[in-house]
Amino acid sequence: MAKKEKGISFNLISRQKLNDLSSSEKLKYILKEVRQGRILVLEHGLTPTEQTALIENTMKEIDHDTFIGIEMGGYGEEKAGFFQRVFGVIKKPRMTVIGPAHLLKMIHKDNDKIETTIIPGRGVN
Amino acid sequence: MGIFSIFKRGKFSSIIQKVFGKKHAKIGIYGPPNVGKTTLANRILREWTGDIMGSVSDIPHETRRAKWKTNIKIDNGGSSLVMDLVDTPGIATKIDFKEFMNTYGLNKEESRMRAKEATEGVIESIRWLEDIDGVVLVMDATKDPFTQVNVTIIGNLEARNLPILIAANKIDADEASPATLKSAFPQHPVVPISALTGYNTEDLYNTMVKHFGKKRNKKRR
Repeated sequence: MAKKEKGISFNLISRQKLNDLSSSEKLKYILKEVRQGRILVLEHGLTPTEQTALIENTMKEIDHDTFIGIEMGGYGEEKAGFFQRVFGVIKKPRMTVIGPAHLLKMIHKDNDKIETTIIPGRGVN
Repeated sequence: MGIFSIFKRGKFSSIIQKVFGKKHAKIGIYGPPNVGKTTLANRILREWTGDIMGSVSDIPHETRRAKWKTNIKIDNGGSSLVMDLVDTPGIATKIDFKEFMNTYGLNKEESRMRAKEATEGVIESIRWLEDIDGVVLVMDATKDPFTQVNVTIIGNLEARNLPILIAANKIDADEASPATLKSAFPQHPVVPISALTGYNTEDLYNTMVKHFGKKRNKKRR
């Protein structure tokens, strides 16, 4: 049997998977994965309301010894076109990266680039 | 009283604001930790009521419970805004008690307590978003404006159709770049200020009266 490699898990989550979950299921899933030390890249990010709820849920989960919070970075919402606005199509949030704050550090973010670094063994023991 | 006397200085804009806008608003001061929210709240209160809101510190998360003062009247000469001002704890996505120990020299017990209270403060700030009419979002003009906290707060308020005024604070620092903030969030008014020295707060008050006095249909979630 092959020996399991130790390392940092980096999971890319499809738009389809996220669309199949309700907002609360999505937040629960993200926080569970991140608490287990996984870094997630969401193909389809969170709405501002979901982001706020994720911060609130994160604060409830912080225990100071094993989990100090999250690092999150995403691009703004896609701009709705004329016809989308007329027909009330909701603007879609774009790709977002979320990980445990002791592993993932946001270096720089602007409209075109999110720069992160991964620091194994930093922060939480 | 003749019709022309109504149009004298102050009266006309006051009538317009009464008919079309809000005369009494609940305004929240929001932002990440250590950007100068309480320093700004203290300045506003000191200048318009002679009171103060709370203590300030270089250590992040000094404000860990929301504080508010009611019926503060701001006047820009032509019209005025009466507001309840809420100073909220800094919003963060992570809180590490070791940072208080290693960077700011607090002992372990103090650090853990501060971190615990800070997490509760973030939750309280987020819950206050449900109950406010407008936000002064304080940003540190010496730092990168595209932080997730700034983006999240702005996105959340835009979704509710609530007015946002960005106070680009710490303009007295050499490395401050208010132009970066203006280009980052062109859809909202950005006023460069120094809450510490009082630089340009007159402009901030004028913009608050104009911006928060406008009539808007707040979306409830």
